[in-house]
Amino acid sequence: MDVDAVLLSRLQFAFTIAFHILFPTLTIGLACFLALVEGLWLRTKDTRWRDLYKFWVRIFALAFGMGVVSGIPMSFQFGTNFSTFSIATGNVLGPLLGYEVLTAFFLEASFLGIMLFGWKRVGPRLHFFATLMVAFGTTLSAFWILSANSWMQTPQGHIIDEAGIFHVASWWEVVFNPSFPYRLAHMVLATLLTTSFVVAAVSAWQVLTDRHGDTARKALKLAISAAAILAPLQLLAGDMHGLNTLEHQPVKVAAMEGNWESGPNIPLLLLAIPDEEAETNIFEIGIPNGASLILRHSADGVVPGLKDVPPEDRPPVAIVFYAFRIMVGLGMLMIAVAWLGVLLRKRLPRPYLWGLVAMAPTGFIATLAGWTVTEVGRQPFTVYGLMRTADSVSPQLTAPTVMTSLMLFAIVYNMVLAAFLYFAVRAVRKGPAPDTAPPPEPALSPHAHDHAAAGAE
Amino acid sequence: MELILIWTGVIAFGVAMYIIMDGFDLGVGILFPFARHEEWRDVMMDSIAPVWDGNETWLVLGGAGLFGAFPLAYATTLPALYVPLILFLVALVFRGIAFEFRHRAETSGWVWNLSFATGSVVAAFSQGLVLGSFVQGLPIENGQFVGTAMSFLTPFSLFTGVALVVGYALLGATWLVRKTEGELQDWAYGWAKALAVGLLAIIVAVSLWTPLMQAEIAARWFSMPNLVLLAPIPIVTAIVGLALLLALKARRETSPFMLSIGLFLLSYLGLAVSLWPYMVPRAITIWDAAAPPETQKFLLVGVALFLPLVLIYTVIVYRVFRGKVRHGEGYHH
Repeated sequence: MDVDAVLLSRLQFAFTIAFHILFPTLTIGLACFLALVEGLWLRTKDTRWRDLYKFWVRIFALAFGMGVVSGIPMSFQFGTNFSTFSIATGNVLGPLLGYEVLTAFFLEASFLGIMLFGWKRVGPRLHFFATLMVAFGTTLSAFWILSANSWMQTPQGHIIDEAGIFHVASWWEVVFNPSFPYRLAHMVLATLLTTSFVVAAVSAWQVLTDRHGDTARKALKLAISAAAILAPLQLLAGDMHGLNTLEHQPVKVAAMEGNWESGPNIPLLLLAIPDEEAETNIFEIGIPNGASLILRHSADGVVPGLKDVPPEDRPPVAIVFYAFRIMVGLGMLMIAVAWLGVLLRKRLPRPYLWGLVAMAPTGFIATLAGWTVTEVGRQPFTVYGLMRTADSVSPQLTAPTVMTSLMLFAIVYNMVLAAFLYFAVRAVRKGPAPDTAPPPEPALSPHAHDHAAAGAE
Repeated sequence: MELILIWTGVIAFGVAMYIIMDGFDLGVGILFPFARHEEWRDVMMDSIAPVWDGNETWLVLGGAGLFGAFPLAYATTLPALYVPLILFLVALVFRGIAFEFRHRAETSGWVWNLSFATGSVVAAFSQGLVLGSFVQGLPIENGQFVGTAMSFLTPFSLFTGVALVVGYALLGATWLVRKTEGELQDWAYGWAKALAVGLLAIIVAVSLWTPLMQAEIAARWFSMPNLVLLAPIPIVTAIVGLALLLALKARRETSPFMLSIGLFLLSYLGLAVSLWPYMVPRAITIWDAAAPPETQKFLLVGVALFLPLVLIYTVIVYRVFRGKVRHGEGYHH
């Protein structure tokens, strides 16, 4: 087997999935936000909610399109680049992905058409129903994909035959594997929190630059309140997820903590430079007993160390260690900013609003960092403890082939991302005004008057 | 045993749905550069914008279904077809982003026209490459692909590449006949006629080429009693082809699209007859490739519960967006 093809396939998978996850992170949260504001509009008849819907649905449509086009390659990469893994785990993971498509993808893809293009063709109630179905579909897709991912982290409910192929003994145990509830809660909260900060940032900018201030203020208030509740909840969910990881993947926790020797009274390292060759940290700043306190809730709690397992079974320590600190650090910052907003709510000063604008990317960075912790922390395995990454790739692939496809993906995705950012920023600058000039043609359907009335504000 | 047959049917159904549904919207993209005005392109895009995403989901269902129900076939075929598949996926990216970006573009419209048209052509062509090299038989020994990254490239696969571009363009043209009016419709009629003749010629060529290429396929069709039992397939194909030409001549609006779909389904059926019972032609049968029953059963429950629901959504969406598309109607916000 060609080692370079292994590494390149991993890089390609990491790159394409990291790129992809940015968009569901926004669209899951934004779909829920859109359902909320459309519901508020139907209930209160306050047209500012509808203006907000019409503004944010444009950002949503862009992000959703990006999620779809970057997601399709994912479902084929298991087969193209990781065929040995696919043969071994197809019996388990195939149906989970199949359920994702059947229950979630078709639902969201079908009703998205009505949500985006159906204003003139369906009544407001059916339109709201379409929005709800899209929000429900995006959340369901998170359910299935996280179940599949969690099974790779904490596999159970299977039997391995002599050919190394996984067979399912209990679907219930496979789907609801030990880390799944924590991972699902952590990810769904991440999408809601990321969206809250994106909505807050854009609204703050609109208030600062005096665009549609009244509507923007409504969104801002909603977003800050949501973040103030969600950010501490995320801390709680993350802590519970961490304890679950400690139970099932102790070596990953050791890498997150940068802890080499297992033992009691382990400090919480704020900063360190792990040295994998020397099996120690070159430099450490930490809080005494901190890790023991957090993970074991007692100063002399025993925390696992990396040396508990041989070097070939350890994940790349530095990546996991730093990514974890980035995630937690940004999480703390989010809590602080959200609560400051609640305290200041009467009159938000301009520096605070600019701070919110700067917070726009934090959710995405934290989410990527979190995924890095969980995925790199699972190495050197694809199915934790059972199947190695090196034994998962397609044996027949050569390095030049994968190098070419990786470069192709890198170039294409970066171009596409640049275009996405350009159009997203432009949509934000334009604000809630309709972005296409021609007014609707003469009435085409019985519901056309809804739109005409809506367009006459 | 029956479970495997049911699953073969489900996968075949999913693939057929994909070919037809994404086929016509890829076809619209293939015809895109030939449109006379930007206004026509707006209408063409608007005619598929609300449905393309749902159409493409059938592809993901095919991939996930194969992964779950026939993991061995999935894991053998995909690395063997790495190059055309990656090309296909990248083309789908280019094409998919064009829907939103083109709509918002002020001065960069041509970039997204190009992206949409090229993406559609390359996606159709590389799908044809995949199909052709698949039908021809991949070099597989003991369930392992033993060819090179370029094994897919043969005169036959290049021909099927062109065949799919022509075939999808025909689906796209007849779809436009149905969804548009006036000069744009006249233009679509013109394309549909030329493409229908082209596709019929291609069907004849492939029908002669495959039995000449593989003795097993010749034996399947030309031995008794198969010759008699299978004769309806080419006969019905000829009748449908003729009906399509006549319908276009008589300027029917709905039937050309339906008849073009009919041609696709008949060709697909012919292919299935040639390849049965192989999941990966001449190497892995559906029985070899099948996942164990507990996996197939679990996934089948989902299919039985949700596939009818999916078809209901599809009908709802197509009904909501039924009728002719007019310029300026499609903008969404």
